[in-house]
Amino acid sequence: MTIAAIDRAPTEVPTELARGRGGGGPASKRVVVAYGFWIFILSDMVMFSALFAAYAVLRGNTAGGPTGAELFDLHRVFIETICLLLSSYTCGLGALSAERRQPARFFTFAVLTFVLGAAFLFIEVSEFAHMVEKGAGPSRSGFLSAFFTLVGTHGIHVASGLIALIYLMAQVIAKGLQAATLRRLLCWSLFWHALDIVWVGVFTLVYLMGD
Amino acid sequence: MLGRLSWAAIPFNEPLPLLSGAVVGIVILAVLVAVTAKGWWPYLWREWLTSVDHKRIGVMYVTLGLVMLLRGFSDAIMMRTQQAIAVGSAQGYLPPPHYDQVFSAHGTIMIFFVAMPLVIGLMNFAVPLQLGVRDVAFPVLNSVSLWLTATGALLINLSLVIGNFARTGWMGYPPLSELAFSPDVGVDYYLWSLQISGIGTLLTGINFVATILKLRAPGMTYFRMPVFCWTALAANLLIVAAFPILTATFLMLLLDRHLGMHFFTNDAGGNQMMYVNLFWAWGHPEVYILILPAFGIFSEVVATFSGKGLFSYRSMVWATLGICVLSFMVWLHHFFTMGAGADVNAFFGIMSSIIAVPTGVKVFNWLFTMFRGRIVFRTPMLFAVGFIVTFVIGGLTGVLLAVPPVDFVVHNSAFLVAHFHNVIIGGVVFGALAGINYWFPKAFGFTLDDRLGKASFWCWLIGFYLAFMPLYQLGLMGMTRRLQHIPDPSWRPLLLVAEAGAIVIFCGILCQLAQLYVSIRTRERRLDLSGDPWNGRTLEWSTSSPPPAYNFAVLPRVETIDAFWYMKRTGRHPAEPAYEAIEVPRNSAAGFITAFFAVVMGFSLIWQIWWLAVLGFLAAATVVLIAGWRIEREHEISAAEVAQMERASEVRHPA
Amino acid sequence: MRHATLALALVSATALGGCSEGVLDPQGPIASAERLLLINSTAIMLVVVIPVIVATLAFAWWYRSSNTRATRDTDESYEGRVELVIWSIPALTVILLGGVIWIGSHQLDPRAPIPGNVDPLRVDVVALDWKWLFIYPDQGVAAVNQLVIPAGTPVEFRLTSATVMNSFFVPQLGSQIYTMGGMTTHLNLFADKPGEYHGFSANFSGDGFSEMRFVVKSVPAGDFETWLDQVRGTGTALDDAGYAKLAKPSQAVPPATYRSVEPKLFERIIDRTVAGPRKVGIGGAYSPPPHQAGG
Repeated sequence: MTIAAIDRAPTEVPTELARGRGGGGPASKRVVVAYGFWIFILSDMVMFSALFAAYAVLRGNTAGGPTGAELFDLHRVFIETICLLLSSYTCGLGALSAERRQPARFFTFAVLTFVLGAAFLFIEVSEFAHMVEKGAGPSRSGFLSAFFTLVGTHGIHVASGLIALIYLMAQVIAKGLQAATLRRLLCWSLFWHALDIVWVGVFTLVYLMGD
Repeated sequence: MLGRLSWAAIPFNEPLPLLSGAVVGIVILAVLVAVTAKGWWPYLWREWLTSVDHKRIGVMYVTLGLVMLLRGFSDAIMMRTQQAIAVGSAQGYLPPPHYDQVFSAHGTIMIFFVAMPLVIGLMNFAVPLQLGVRDVAFPVLNSVSLWLTATGALLINLSLVIGNFARTGWMGYPPLSELAFSPDVGVDYYLWSLQISGIGTLLTGINFVATILKLRAPGMTYFRMPVFCWTALAANLLIVAAFPILTATFLMLLLDRHLGMHFFTNDAGGNQMMYVNLFWAWGHPEVYILILPAFGIFSEVVATFSGKGLFSYRSMVWATLGICVLSFMVWLHHFFTMGAGADVNAFFGIMSSIIAVPTGVKVFNWLFTMFRGRIVFRTPMLFAVGFIVTFVIGGLTGVLLAVPPVDFVVHNSAFLVAHFHNVIIGGVVFGALAGINYWFPKAFGFTLDDRLGKASFWCWLIGFYLAFMPLYQLGLMGMTRRLQHIPDPSWRPLLLVAEAGAIVIFCGILCQLAQLYVSIRTRERRLDLSGDPWNGRTLEWSTSSPPPAYNFAVLPRVETIDAFWYMKRTGRHPAEPAYEAIEVPRNSAAGFITAFFAVVMGFSLIWQIWWLAVLGFLAAATVVLIAGWRIEREHEISAAEVAQMERASEVRHPA
Repeated sequence: MRHATLALALVSATALGGCSEGVLDPQGPIASAERLLLINSTAIMLVVVIPVIVATLAFAWWYRSSNTRATRDTDESYEGRVELVIWSIPALTVILLGGVIWIGSHQLDPRAPIPGNVDPLRVDVVALDWKWLFIYPDQGVAAVNQLVIPAGTPVEFRLTSATVMNSFFVPQLGSQIYTMGGMTTHLNLFADKPGEYHGFSANFSGDGFSEMRFVVKSVPAGDFETWLDQVRGTGTALDDAGYAKLAKPSQAVPPATYRSVEPKLFERIIDRTVAGPRKVGIGGAYSPPPHQAGG
């Protein structure tokens, strides 16, 4: 019997069989929301890819200006990387606490995540300010435009994440750890971990390979 | 205080934009006055502007597309007229700065604010119904998408009367689009209106991928989905994968223009070739985003009006997915003449012709669907046959352009212009018009007048051939695109034929408007009482016309492809199902209000009124935060109410 | 019906009358080869396209519901043999075309020098707003909006733009190529015989784009030398001041010549374009510290 024939044959095919091939009916809200958010993150990754591509093309276009090797302070980059990676860890712990309906632990880890993320941002902004002060700002060369935009866009995502975290913490205070708030926290954690992954790419391709 | 905005921005000394702006302004004012006088605001607000129902949103998208078609078409006829007049020593009536804006606006509007809204609108309307579910995955986000698209359309139209539009062509290549060569607000109008509507489109992509993959009626496995849903899936996957590239690219150009960066400038290490690559890495998938749903519509139409299942459903699906993947591997064919070298050019040329294989397979499948069918020639079927013939010619010239040495002599010529209009009009526009005629009765409860529909078809078909076949010839004769003045008088006869074609297309548009008007006035004669005016095959035809807000009182159980056809054939309907309470999403003003502030923000960014831009952004963000605070987003329709609504509807299920 | 016939006649008349002076009237081997490819590729595809169009119209007509003589089979929706043919026809066509594309792209690569029994003539092309500057680096002269070349001699172009992206195109001689600021592209063309051909920009570059046209004169070799002597005897020099004047935006510039050219003007234009205006943006004033010599 051809596959086409099976599709045409009526009730002999029980719906349970169909479930493995996507015939189980509409998925639950939690699944749909998380799935949609994953796709959003995918789209964000595509945007970062375009910025990475621009960086790859322009990395050598220093136009007589400074190169990455001259500008990057790998010690500070290492510290901010540790901050961000640790914040992902605390984020994970916070997510687990939330799932287990433990508000106190959740808030502790959420605050820690916020602090670590803010530390990352602080170091990054001061790096940018220092570079601009030296005259190595984004308008100096194609390389610097690409650098500031790639790293800066990641930084803006981190900042938005921090603002969103405060907003979600307020929601949890107001409404408790219920299904809807848990869904939103899940999305937030996905976002935060994705930013970590992007940072690993930035750290490797920009800072480590820029030397 | 007001950035670069001043009274000088209004074209007091340019009669054409001033007058057209005045006319449009008066029409809008008249509409607003009429709506207020008749007390329709509460109805409009409740039933349309804050609706999150995919059917309403779909209708609004299509309306936006059709209205913008009028604007885009007036640009077209202005260009045709200029090119017919400005030959030899005559200068025409549109000096270069104006002509340049007209062709830039024409392309931008047609792609982003006509074709995209039409296609997205039809997907919005039909996909959830075809999947046998109640709505898309994220209804509020759907509303946001619609209104952000409308924001972009509004901003572009504002450029007609406040300031000016870009003079770079719809692609906006640097360095011409950089500040050094385009210092005025034109390119900023282009960039900001597309960035804002781009967010809307991206959200649509996310919405529909989640819907099609995670929300289908029970028993509807992947290979039991209607083909239109497969093409919608492919198109939305392309949106998710391609639109972010455009966002990043426009971001870079904006940073070049406003923060003095050097992504694409001539100097300080910029690389203009990178813009071209990034733009077309988005741009090629974009045209497949437009055409795949049109292919899907034609699959539905050809099967329905041939009274026969689509030939080889599986190969249609694989061909669709093949096109989806391949569309990311061909982008360089848009700039073979940039000098990439023979190996690179040949690779992309070969990939571009490979994409003709799945497309060819689809054409053959449509043909074999018609073979031994029983074909009924309603308007949608006429468009389908017209499409097959026309699109195949456009595909031929496309594969010609995919041969690099051939492209070297026709790139950027009238031949190229003829090719892409061939596939876009023959494919996307015909598909949209077919889809509108096909699904109109489902949306409104009565069919459109078929005679006027056929008249509009013939005008569009004949008009298209008259307007664009001469352009193939002209391209071979050496006419390049975007000419404000025609140097060679021997080109004139062909340009006059093209002008005649544009006028015939205009008649087609008039027929469409007449069709709408007449159909509404005489709707009592063409009521769709059964919900199934075409003897359809897919689930949307099992609902009443129009369907209730919740689409299906009980989600259908799907056992085959063409689920409704099978249900009709075997008469599998319970006498009366056990109705349960249904949760329906509440209306939300979030989309409309966010878009309002997006207009404020976009306009302020364009004119560099920074304080207002910040305020606009904060207001929009606040709306998002307020809307995001709500947990209870649905209200319940009780089982008794559902039963009442179902009994009251006039759908008679076939025995 | 009468209107249709009239329209058809009008369209055919205009179509047939328009074969001259374009891509279909090549005046050099590159253009001839490209036209041949165009015709061959079209023919290959028409073998499939014409039957498809005929079949579409035939099926639409024959299987209309009012036709009582047609066989109907509304249950059929799959047949393996037809499926095989359906995939094979486009696949085979595309394989054939793929070969054509690979070979053609390599044979007609704009960078490939054209074999000839004389030394190629070098011409440097600069796209300006909105005119074309042609520099003869070996002959030390230059011209604006006119390109005089000896027939039967391969011409090796180096091209750039002093402003925005343009595209250098002479349809009757063959391939076009983009001209971009700060970069050099390469093109090789060859005019078989003496003649006059139209050239223009094929990439929109602003207000003066429509008038950015030039004339190409292919002359016998002896006449070319005469022309060079003539140019050297009249007109102004293309020195820095002359170039600065030329580079100012102007439209519909009549053809002109320059008796002499600054050496390495082409390279200097590129350097100047890359250096850009003396404007400084955010943090753009970096100068490397004096003790550092490179990375």
